[in-house]
Amino acid sequence: MSSGHVALTSPEALHVTGIRKSFGALEVLKGIDLTAMQGDVIAIIGGSGSGKSTFLRCLNFLEHPSAGTVRINGEEIALARDGHGNLAPSSGAQLRRIRSRLAMVFQGFNLWTHMTLLENVIEAPVRVLGLERKDAVWQAEALLDRVGLGHKIHEYPSFLSGGQQQRAAIARALAVDPHAMLFDEPTSALDPELVGEVLKVIRGLAEEGRTLVLVTHEMGFARDVANQVVFLHNGRIEEQGPPAELFGRPKSERLGRFLGNF
Amino acid sequence: MSQLAKPVIDADVTEVQAQVRPPALGRWGWLVLAAFAVYAAASMRWDWLASYYPKLLWGLWTTLWLLVVTTALGLVLAIGLGIAQAAGPRWLALPARVFCTVIRGTPLLLQLWLLYYGLGALFAANPEIRQSALWPVLRQAWPYAVLALTMSYAAYEGEVMRGAFLGIAKGQLEAAQSFGMTRWHIFRRIWLPQAFRRALPTLVGETILQLKATPLVATITVMDIYSVAAQVRQATYLTYEPLILISVVYVLIALLIQRAFAAFTKTHQTRSPR
Ligand SMILES: Nc1ncnc2c1ncn2[C@@H]1O[C@H](COP(=O)(O)OP(=O)(O)OP(=O)(O)O)[C@@H](O)[C@H]1O
Ligand SMILES: [Mg+2]
Repeated sequence: MSSGHVALTSPEALHVTGIRKSFGALEVLKGIDLTAMQGDVIAIIGGSGSGKSTFLRCLNFLEHPSAGTVRINGEEIALARDGHGNLAPSSGAQLRRIRSRLAMVFQGFNLWTHMTLLENVIEAPVRVLGLERKDAVWQAEALLDRVGLGHKIHEYPSFLSGGQQQRAAIARALAVDPHAMLFDEPTSALDPELVGEVLKVIRGLAEEGRTLVLVTHEMGFARDVANQVVFLHNGRIEEQGPPAELFGRPKSERLGRFLGNF
Repeated sequence: MSQLAKPVIDADVTEVQAQVRPPALGRWGWLVLAAFAVYAAASMRWDWLASYYPKLLWGLWTTLWLLVVTTALGLVLAIGLGIAQAAGPRWLALPARVFCTVIRGTPLLLQLWLLYYGLGALFAANPEIRQSALWPVLRQAWPYAVLALTMSYAAYEGEVMRGAFLGIAKGQLEAAQSFGMTRWHIFRRIWLPQAFRRALPTLVGETILQLKATPLVATITVMDIYSVAAQVRQATYLTYEPLILISVVYVLIALLIQRAFAAFTKTHQTRSPR
C-alpha cells in the first residue's frame, strides 16, 4: 500500500498559482506559482525568513493565503474570504478530505506525545480515512519497520531520539498513502549525527516515486534527490530549475551568494 | 519551536511525577494511628456508636456521594470552562473567566447560603415552580449543596484546565489538523487527553480540598457525616469522641483518594524515560 501506487487521477500532484500572504503590513509571499507533477521531488531553498515555511503551510491551509489558488491532485480547493481578508477553504469537508491525503512532516516532529508510535501511525488511517483497525495496525507495523523502528512500535515518542521521532513522523505521514508529502526542514532540529538516517528514509521515498515538496538547508541532499529546485528570496521565486543548473550555474547573483554560504 | 518541543514535554512529565506522591502515611504513620486507636478505645467513651452507627453510615454515604458526584460534574464543567478560556471566542471566554474569578474569590459558605436561602426562596415564591414536577427535588437541601460544590470545584479546576489546554505544544494540534481531523476529533483525541494528563497532579489536591469542603453542607441541613457527628455531640454531651471518629474517617477517605489517583496516574503516565 505504501509503495507509491496511488490512483493517478491527475498528472499534476500539486498546482498552485499566485500565492500571496501578508502578516499585517509585512508581505511575506508575493505571488508564487508552483507545479509538482506526479513523482516530482521539489526542493525549496532560501534564506531565513524568505517565506519557505509560510509557503508550505499555505499549501494545506495551516496558513490562510491572502490570494492564490491551490489544486491538489487535480482538485481545486474552494476558497472564500475569511474575517481577516485572507482566503479560507469554504468547505471544511473538502479541506479535510484533501488534507487527509496531503501529509506534512514538521521540523519539530510533532508526534502526539500521549500515544505510542503505533497509535500515532494508525490514528489518521483509522479515524480519518476509516480504515479497519486491524488493517491499519498491520500497515503501521510494516511502515515502522521500514523506517527502522519495528522494535519500538509500543514506545512513547519521548523515549526516542530526534532521528527516531522524525522517522516515526514520516511513517505516520506515509500511513495515509499521501498524494504528496510536504517536508518543512525535516532535519534542522536534529543533532548532526542523526541527520543521515532521516535523509536516507526520505531518499527512499523519492526513489519509489512519491511526490515530495521539501524545504531544506541540506544542499547536497537537494542536489542529489530533487529533480527541481526552487530558490525563494523575499517572498518571490528568484530562480527555479533542475538541481544541476541551479547549483552548477546559478543565474542570479543572490543565489550564487546564498550557495556560497554552504 | 522544535527545539522547545521536547524539553517542554519532558519537564511536564517530571513535574507530574514529582507531584503525585503515593500514600502520605508511611509505616510509622500507621503505627502511631494504631497506637492512638488503642488508647482511644481503652480510655474514651464509645458506647454511643451502638445506637448511632446506622446514622453515621448514612452520613458517610452522603459525604461520599456528594464528593464523587460534585467532583465528576465539576470536572466536566471545568473542561468546558478551561477550553472556553483557552480557545473560545470572546463571548464565551469572558463569562468563563468571570465565573472562575467570582467563584474562586468568594467563600464557599457564602455561595452555599446564597443558593440555598436566596435561590431556594425565589423558587419557593414562584407558584409555577412550586407546581412543577421538579419541586419535590428543589424543596430539598441537597440540590443546592450539589450545585455549590460543583461550581466551586469547576471554578478551581477550570483555571487549571485553562493552563493545561494552553500548555500543549501547538505543533501537535497542527499535525492533527494537517491530517484532516475535525475540530472535535482533535479536541477529543489529542488536546483533551494531553491537557488532562497535565492537570492530573492538581486533581488529587483539589479533590481532597473538595472532601474537606463537604462539611459546609451541614449548615443547610444536609445530613453528611459531619452533621451526624454534631448531632451526636449535642445528644451525648461528648466533646471529642465524635470529632475524633470523623477525623479518622476523613483521613482515610483522603488516603483513598490519593491511592486511587496514584494508581490511575501509574497506568496513564508511563510516557517518560526513566
Ligand atoms: N504567524 C506569523 N505572524 C507574523 N509574522 C510571521 C508569521 N509567520 C511567519 N512570519 C514572518 O514571515 C516571514 C517568513 O517566515 P517563514 O517562517 O516563512 O520563513 P522561512 O523561509 O521558513 O525561514 P526559516 O528558514 O528561518 O525557517 C518572517 O519574516 C517571519 O517573521
Ligand atoms: Mg521555516
